[in-house]
Parts: sequence; C-alpha cells; structure tokens
Amino acid sequence: MRYMMFVATDPEAEPFVPEDDTIGEWVAEVEARGVHVLGDRLRPVEDATLVRVRSGELLVTDGPFTESKEWIGGFDILECRDLDEAIEIASKHPMARFGRIELRPFWPLDANEDPVEREEREAGDRGRRTEPAPEPAGGR
Amino acid sequence: MNDADESAAAIARAYREEWPRIVATLIAATGDWDVAEDATADAFEKAAARWRTEGVPRTPGAWLTTVARNRALDVLRRRGVESAKVREWMAMDEAMGGPPTDPAELAAAAADWDDRLRLVFTCAHPALPLEGRVALTLRTVGGLDTAEIARAFLVPESTMAQRLVRAKRKIRNAGIPYRVPSAEELPERLLGVLAVLMLVHNEGYLASSGDRLLRLDLQEEAIRLTRLVVELLPDAPEPRALLALLLLQHARSPARVDATGDLVPLDEQDRSRWNAAELAEGLAVVDALEREPHAAAGPYRLQAEIQAVHARAATAADTDWRAIVRCYDRLREIQPVPVVELNRAVALGLAGEVGAALDELGRLEASGRLGDYHLLPAAQADLLRRAGRFDAAAARYRDAIGLAPTGPERRFLERRLAELESLAIE
Repeated sequence: MRYMMFVATDPEAEPFVPEDDTIGEWVAEVEARGVHVLGDRLRPVEDATLVRVRSGELLVTDGPFTESKEWIGGFDILECRDLDEAIEIASKHPMARFGRIELRPFWPLDANEDPVEREEREAGDRGRRTEPAPEPAGGR
Repeated sequence: MNDADESAAAIARAYREEWPRIVATLIAATGDWDVAEDATADAFEKAAARWRTEGVPRTPGAWLTTVARNRALDVLRRRGVESAKVREWMAMDEAMGGPPTDPAELAAAAADWDDRLRLVFTCAHPALPLEGRVALTLRTVGGLDTAEIARAFLVPESTMAQRLVRAKRKIRNAGIPYRVPSAEELPERLLGVLAVLMLVHNEGYLASSGDRLLRLDLQEEAIRLTRLVVELLPDAPEPRALLALLLLQHARSPARVDATGDLVPLDEQDRSRWNAAELAEGLAVVDALEREPHAAAGPYRLQAEIQAVHARAATAADTDWRAIVRCYDRLREIQPVPVVELNRAVALGLAGEVGAALDELGRLEASGRLGDYHLLPAAQADLLRRAGRFDAAAARYRDAIGLAPTGPERRFLERRLAELESLAIE
C-alpha cells in the first residue's frame, strides 16, 4: 500500500532541538528498506502561491492566508506492507516528536473512468466524519 | 428435552463458541468483512431451520463452517472476486466435483483454523475511532447484532450501523492489517484490546445503574469476550487480571441497586446478595496471579487486587483500606491520572486519615485536573459527613448535585443531602 506522510508542525510538541534531529538516519533507513518512494521538505507558507479560477477568471495571490500554527513542512511517499509498517516508520521520523505526522493512504485514480460514474460508485467512500447527533436521552 | 429445544440449545451454544471462529476464518480467506459476517449469519439461520428437523450434527462447528464457507464462496464467485484463498477453494471444489457437503471434510482442517486472535487485534486497532473499536468488537468478535448494540449504547440503529460501516471501510482503505501484532508491538496493543473490553464493561455498569432497561448485559458480554482473550493468550497476565476485575465487579451487581432502582453504596450493600460463584472465580484468578512471578503488576492486576480486598471483607467494616491505599500507590506510579489520585484519597480517608485525605482532595481540586467532575465534591462531602462536619458536607453535596448527570447517581447525592438537612433541623 502506498501512503502519503504529511510532516507537520505542532505547537504542542516538544521544542525542536537541532542536535536531536535524526532525519539523516531516518532517510538512510527507509531507503535501505526500500519503502521510500519520494520525499522532501517544503518552503514555508510565506513562499506559497495560491491559484484560483473564479467565474472563469484566474486569481493568483500570495497565500494561503491561514493563521494556523500547524502547517505542512514536508512529505514522504511510502510504499508499505500495511498501515502497521507505515506507523512504525512514521514513529521513527524526528518530526513525530517535534511536530506530528499524518498518514493518508493513496486512493488510486483511473483518469480514464467517466467522472459521473466514478462519483456514483464512490459516493459512499467519502463519508463525513460526523454522525447524527445522539438522541437527547436522559440516561447518562 | 425435545428436538426443538435441543436444536435451539445447540445453536445458542454454537453461536457463542463458533461465531468468532467462523467469522475470523472467513475474513482471513476472503479479506471481506461484510461477506464473512453475512455468510456466518446465513449459516446460523440455516442451522436454525435444519437442525430442528434433521437433528443436530455431530460436529456443529464444522457444519456451520462448511455452510458459511460455501455461502461466502458463492457470493464472491458471483461478484467475480478472486483472492488467492478463494481461487484455492474453487480449485478444491472443482477437483471434488462440487462444494463439500460433508462437514467431516472440513473438520479435519478446522483444527488449525483459529484466526480469532487476529480478529480481536484488528477490531481494536488504535487507528480506528474508539467507538468504532467497541462496536466492531461486539459485532464481529461478539456476534451481537447491530440493533442490540445500538440499544445498549442508546443510539439509533442507523448510527450504530454507520459506525460499523465506517470502521470496516477504514480497515480496508487505510490498510489496517489483519494479523496479530509483532512481539514488540504486542504488549501495548494488548492493552488497547483490554481497554476496549473495559469500556464495554463500563458502559454496562452505567446501564445497570441507569434508568434504562436492557435486554443485553454488556458487563456479561465484556466478561465473555475477556474469557476469549484469556483462552487465546493464556500466558499473558493482564487479560486474566481484567477477567478477575470484571468478575469481582459484576458479582456485586445484584446488590448495587435496591428495589426502587436507587444506588446502594458499597458499604451499605447486602453482601449476601453478591454472586458467590463470580467472587470465587475472580478471587482464584487474583490468587493465582499473586503466586506467579511477574516482573511488575500491570494496571488491571492492581485494580483487580483492589476489588479482591472488597471481596474478601465479610463486612464493610472489615475492609482493609490500608491494602487498598497501597494498591493505589502502585497504580499511581504507572497511571498518574487524576481519577486514581481521587480514589486513592478516598481510600486514605476510609483508612482513618480523614485530614490527609481532605488535604489531597483540596490539592486535586486546586489543580483543576478533574474539571467539573462531580465525584470530586461528592468524595469531599462523604469524608466531611463521616467526620461529622455536616454543614461543610452539605455544601459539597450541593456542589456535586449541581455537576452530576441526572439519574441514580444524582438521586443518591440528593438523598444524602436530605439526610444531613434533616439532622440539622433536629
């Protein structure tokens, strides 16, 4: 299975200590194990550019304008046996300590499939995470 | 016993013993949770119809496995699904000139067909939402149906069905493996499994003291599933400790609620109504664990030991509160959470050190770590009441009542407050 590993900052994590940054060892290990497809860090948000088309008009701006304290600082694409292997690899990344890591499975896309059919087939797979609110019972 | 009774009893027994085994086997073979569950449910339906008229087969488990396997294969074949195992089954059937109808053929293979442990670990995988883990464990390992689980958790059936669908979808889409964790991961993942079972039990505990009538005893389900984990991992001490803990708590159920549905606190319970068989079994497990040389007692072992102290006391006054404080001291080291601090302080107070206990509760309150948890002022109120400081106790009972959820717990606190107020008038 292929996973995207988003490497993000997290204000609640331990403060970064350059001496404890073991990224070199991590990269060497994942390369040696043959699970690393591609990965790099990303320039900070100040260097990001936002592209939108609205009413047919192209809008190019500086951005995104989030005030968020958690942003994606890098990524790695992993080819793993299963989620447990991906978790094990992610847990060894120094940013698991100094930030946080989000593992997202790839969802292979057949670009030749009719988009309407695809939408119908997959509608159920994009379930919202919210559940209907529990009944206002007095039991608890 | 007539044939109908005999077949109904055989099905009930097979359901408890064989459901998780068959589901686990079919998941391993097909990789499809829904097909596995549906085919297993289908096999039990067929058994209900046929065992009645044809008699109970000699090996009910093999009969059910054969029928479920053939059904699963049928569904997958129609869908054109081909996993390696399914291909193997198909080739086998072809060579035999059709699917097996003689259960003996499969009975031979059934011995090493135990995938239940994989099932237990996958259902409790930490990447699943907690409520999904609980629902999936009850449904897939426990064999309970969605409607029963929904009723037990006071949610609409559609909500519970959706929870199960999402959990199974995530297992498939996120690549959650269907296997027993590696030796390295196992201790932590096992604690995750036990936490799910504890949660099932706690939900049942609340339900048994709540204003709800249930068909399903979740505490019993938790005990049943913990027995299964003990059977599958007989050398691990913590599942046995959890079993003891659950048995010792469940033993007190008959005495926990009075005829009007009100809570009876531990020290006022009629101990003759405690379930003697469950007490004896729970204590035997605790004794056995104490004799074994384990590196260090885990959290469930310590909690079981605390319950064992209560179980061994002939009357409330005989309770060895010092021993309980010692258990909490050790529990606090491995689980430094505020609820453990709270319980330790209560035990300290009941061991006679009311002043020290109130000081600790005051510090806990000042730290704010328990937030608006009603049991903190309730504990202070109880200790103040025992110390004869009735005005202060009444004030704390009022605080606790303001924070407590409606139901038996709040009614209990209100009853205590009313007792104190009537004393003040006299």
